[in-house]
Amino acid sequence: MASIWEYANPVKFIRTADRVLPWAMGIAGVTLVVGLFWGFFLTPDDYRQGSTVKIIYLHVPSALMAINIWFMMLVTSLIWLIRRHHVSALAAKAAAPVGVVMTLIALFTGAVWGQPMWGTWWAWDPRLTSFLILFLFYLGYIALWEAIDNPDTAADLTAVLCLVGSVFAILSRYAVNFWNQGLHQGASVMRAGAVTGTDTEEKVSNVFFYPLAFCILGFVFLFIALVFLRTRTEIHKRRTKALLARERLG
Amino acid sequence: MIALLQRDMKLAFRAGGGFGLGLAFFLIVTVMVPFGVGPESSLLAKISPGVLWIGALLACLLSLDRIFALDWEDGSLDLLATSPLPLEGIVSIKALAHWLTTGLPLCVASPLFGLLLNLPGQGYLWLVTSLVLGTPALSVIGTFGAALTVGIKRGGLLLSLLVLPLYVPTLIFGAELARRGAEGMDTTTPMLMLAGITFGAIALLPFASALVLRVNLR
Repeated sequence: MASIWEYANPVKFIRTADRVLPWAMGIAGVTLVVGLFWGFFLTPDDYRQGSTVKIIYLHVPSALMAINIWFMMLVTSLIWLIRRHHVSALAAKAAAPVGVVMTLIALFTGAVWGQPMWGTWWAWDPRLTSFLILFLFYLGYIALWEAIDNPDTAADLTAVLCLVGSVFAILSRYAVNFWNQGLHQGASVMRAGAVTGTDTEEKVSNVFFYPLAFCILGFVFLFIALVFLRTRTEIHKRRTKALLARERLG
Repeated sequence: MIALLQRDMKLAFRAGGGFGLGLAFFLIVTVMVPFGVGPESSLLAKISPGVLWIGALLACLLSLDRIFALDWEDGSLDLLATSPLPLEGIVSIKALAHWLTTGLPLCVASPLFGLLLNLPGQGYLWLVTSLVLGTPALSVIGTFGAALTVGIKRGGLLLSLLVLPLYVPTLIFGAELARRGAEGMDTTTPMLMLAGITFGAIALLPFASALVLRVNLR
């Protein structure tokens, strides 16, 4: 059984990326098309929300990914700090812009849904506020990567920022909970009780859940494809730089 | 360590050290607010705890890049790093010096500025309490930000972008404590949370700051 650390070798990583990329992209494309088409055209309107309920197919997956991408960056940053595998640091760098876009999609679709439903584009609700703060954390993280020339220094500093930022992001999440009461509905898709079927509280109906599951799957694979693609590009970029530097010396 | 503290304090008090500038900035923010929102005293009384907290936070932020920038430029930071003192201790002393030269004056002067903004009578004690409890966290978190950006030329804007999101929990609990105090509500929960954040930051963040400083000095 091959160890997972073999993929820390850039050559091996690129070879894997070449093999995985078409599959990940294909699966992402198919599931997204199926999920969105099913969701938008083949499900009924909600009896209270009307057709606005369909924003869920973009809003929930992107919000889910926005949080999980930060978590993935946390894990890769830790791997970089502990085991010094360059691919890990580059994967964190590659994931951050995807995370920003996911956060923006979640905020934007939320605003579009909130306007007809809550009568406002924006409210200082804990969930909305913590997402805005998450967005700021992503911005700071990317800005720090951009500001430093030396790639190893940049990787170290951003990794530490990611660790400290995670702690403060969680603190902020609970601080804003305390600070204002929520307008946003509670979790209704991924609850332990909802999965085991013991939950009698309100939960997303299966009519909406199946296409939503497709969309979530599509977003996950889209993210996997994008991270592989962007990490591969980063490795190529760094290699080009090294070759150019060697040529200048020689 | 005490010598280092004395040196940093002396540098801050000398001409060009920036001592008093933070205080002056705090004053000007406080004076500008009524021009922006109108002179109605009931409105000012309602928003004054929050405004004073924002002012203190910005005044703190402005002086952050001084913590390491000058020492970095003239090379004394390298000397400090090679001295027998642990870098974690140096970072903590730097944060303490920053708090003594910006945070503490803000705490002392804040009742005066509260007067300008028509802070209700019972709020003064809680305003000072919240600032005394909260501003050390601002200094310690800011030292981490300053250590992150020390090697970057013109890193001031980047420093604000990195540090302000980290200030969110402190600001929420600090302003909430001052507001509840001013309105005569129960203050135990925000006070305990604010103290928790401050002591947690003092205990743990110097390690992160020393780590990034070592990376920057590499």
